[in-house]
Amino acid sequence: MDLGLSEEQELLKNFARDFLEKECPEAFVRAMEEDEKGYTPEFWQKMAAQGWQGLIIPEQYGGTGMTYTDLIVLLEEFGRALVPGPFISTVLLGAMPILEAGTEEQKKEFLPKIAAGDLIMTMALTEPSARWDASGVEMPAKAEGDSFVLSGSKLFVPDANVSDYMLVAARTKESANPEDGITLFLVDSKSAGIEFTVLKTIAADKQCEVAFNDVRVPKANVLGEVDKGWPIIQSAKNKAAAAACAYLVGLAQMDFDVSLDYAKERIQFDRPIGSFQAIQHKFADMIIDVDGSRFITYKAAWALQENEPDAEMLVSMAKAWCSEATRRVVAHGQQIHGGIGFTKDYKIELYFRRQKWMELMWGDADHHRAMVAEKLGT
Amino acid sequence: MDFHFSPEEKAFRQDLRAWLKENVPPDWEGVFLEEEEKEWRQGREFVKKLSDKGWVAPSWPKEYGGMEASPALQLVYNEEMGYHRAPIGSVVQAVGYIGPAILAFGTEEQKKQHLPPITAGEIVWCQGFSEPEAGSDLAALQTRAVKDGDDYVINGTKIWTSNAHRSDWCILLARTDPAAPKHKGIGFFLVDMKSPGITVQPIINMANVHSFNQVFLEDVRVPKSGLLGQENQGWFITIMALDFERSTLVAAAISMAKRNLDELIDYCKETKVNGGTLLDNPLVRHKLAEMTIEIEVGKYMVYRVVSLQARQEPGSIEAAVCKLYNTELDVRVANTGIQILGLYGQLQRDSKWAQLMGRFQKSYMYALAMTVGGGSSEIQRNIIAMRGLGLPRR
Repeated sequence: MDLGLSEEQELLKNFARDFLEKECPEAFVRAMEEDEKGYTPEFWQKMAAQGWQGLIIPEQYGGTGMTYTDLIVLLEEFGRALVPGPFISTVLLGAMPILEAGTEEQKKEFLPKIAAGDLIMTMALTEPSARWDASGVEMPAKAEGDSFVLSGSKLFVPDANVSDYMLVAARTKESANPEDGITLFLVDSKSAGIEFTVLKTIAADKQCEVAFNDVRVPKANVLGEVDKGWPIIQSAKNKAAAAACAYLVGLAQMDFDVSLDYAKERIQFDRPIGSFQAIQHKFADMIIDVDGSRFITYKAAWALQENEPDAEMLVSMAKAWCSEATRRVVAHGQQIHGGIGFTKDYKIELYFRRQKWMELMWGDADHHRAMVAEKLGT
Repeated sequence: MDFHFSPEEKAFRQDLRAWLKENVPPDWEGVFLEEEEKEWRQGREFVKKLSDKGWVAPSWPKEYGGMEASPALQLVYNEEMGYHRAPIGSVVQAVGYIGPAILAFGTEEQKKQHLPPITAGEIVWCQGFSEPEAGSDLAALQTRAVKDGDDYVINGTKIWTSNAHRSDWCILLARTDPAAPKHKGIGFFLVDMKSPGITVQPIINMANVHSFNQVFLEDVRVPKSGLLGQENQGWFITIMALDFERSTLVAAAISMAKRNLDELIDYCKETKVNGGTLLDNPLVRHKLAEMTIEIEVGKYMVYRVVSLQARQEPGSIEAAVCKLYNTELDVRVANTGIQILGLYGQLQRDSKWAQLMGRFQKSYMYALAMTVGGGSSEIQRNIIAMRGLGLPRR
């Protein structure tokens, strides 16, 4: 038992921190908020050159074959640097499900391209009902000859506007059990009948409304089996939720670090504000929240990696906790900064807005607490 | 990042668990009750049995009755002892930080004299730190130790001294150099409680139990061999000792909270209301889920401190974070239990209507002792901010 990082993970972390400080400074983060794509191909390629999109992809498919917990370590650094763009979408919502449920052909077709930085993916799951459970998947897919035809609307789809392919969840069968009858489709984002509208969000990330107007998808593009897509989605959701936790941990740690520097330098009443107990005790509480978030996240990620029987419960515990704990951290960060915190010029506001984004993604605290409560009854 | 326990650790957990199930009486309320005379005696008998197994102080060297357990094995031990509410209140301080302080700073003679009787379950220690005018500001203590030939002569008053009325020995802080700055002139003494001049006066706590005491020292003579470390080194030893205390006591406390919560969840599953069970009530479910999550978070804060210990990396601030979070969590768990039990939550154990042995009303009171003892929550926050984060004093 050792909650510290392995030597390999330390290397990855340190390298990523240096790399991102250089390649993903605050100005880049701000520029990508304004940019309609939300990423640049140059930056994407530089990350691919480090092997990051292919981090969890086995070497035989062009990746580096590292582990899911290694990815978690990397994503913590992404949160720290507020890395914009479709990385989580591509890796967690594209590569991971294909790796877990794809045919050999599908793996060979998609994974090397993802690892090389030549393919951007996402998953279109949620709909206007904004539910994370199986009942939220209502959009029908009707079999017609060699194809399925998709019609309906997906909402809050991350990075769909820049994706090459989407994994689209659709209902292929009505059933008393909502988890039965959902199919996952690999859909070319340029298919006729698809329309993207980028949503304006608090974090200026690129979530989209995706309209499907009689979109034809070849039957060969089903991921896994027809009607049996939900377990694949659930696995992706769990891994994405733990990934969101890691991003939040890094984000909260950086908010904390920036606030600490500020409290040591900002003079009021002829002394640094960090010398006041009212401020000092906020920092102690922030550490509890950052550390608490980090280690429950590590546990959840490790449990997923090791296929522990309570992995899903741990993911819900982690996401429930991190969602609220990191919100407390960034709220304290704002309060410590006072007026400057509310300006667009100073960086702390970036953390405040982005925290809310990740807090809501893949289930907020209420959602995951309810999941935990459900499991208590069993 | 590895949460596996080794085969050796797993096997020890199984052995200890099986043994505890046999040796902790099923109607044992918990460590608090060792403060009553009957339970105290039961606790002492239990420690004797534990000693026969060689399980009193796992982390200590074998030559003093320990197991030389790794930090992870020690964690396993603390978790199981806490979860099964093992009645070890009479040795918790001696094993957790008094012995380790003697190990770290004592002479060979002091170690030989004091450590084996602790692991043999023969000797009880208490802690003479706080004074009426020196609580959170511990270094302001006024008890004096004046050198007189080969002895020190000690005068002063100690307070909140748990178990002083049952203790054989006491670790005692006294001012050895009144001219020095307050942190610099303190000595750390090992004092025989049978020494002439010591008077112990009970203080009854809010649970109506004689738990702590005021201890008066009048011209108490302590031989030079009773000084631990150097004459003015006492504050340094104390800081180390409190670090040991913070990192060791919490693992057992959180496991005990988990046990309480598990039993509360079972109670909610079994208790019928309005044609359903208590667990069907969304407000109850929400509270139970929240406590489950918060305990899980606290657990890995403990694991993190243990990981640092195993890597021999500094971890005293992390231990303070852990102590702060987990003791405040205990307060919330106790309150949640009472809220869910409703009117029944206030009943004491001896009422025939009491639920879950009245544990929650008791822990609701005793949880407060944890957020004050060993450095209050506010002192922990000060330590974290100033010692940990380098925030300026002014």
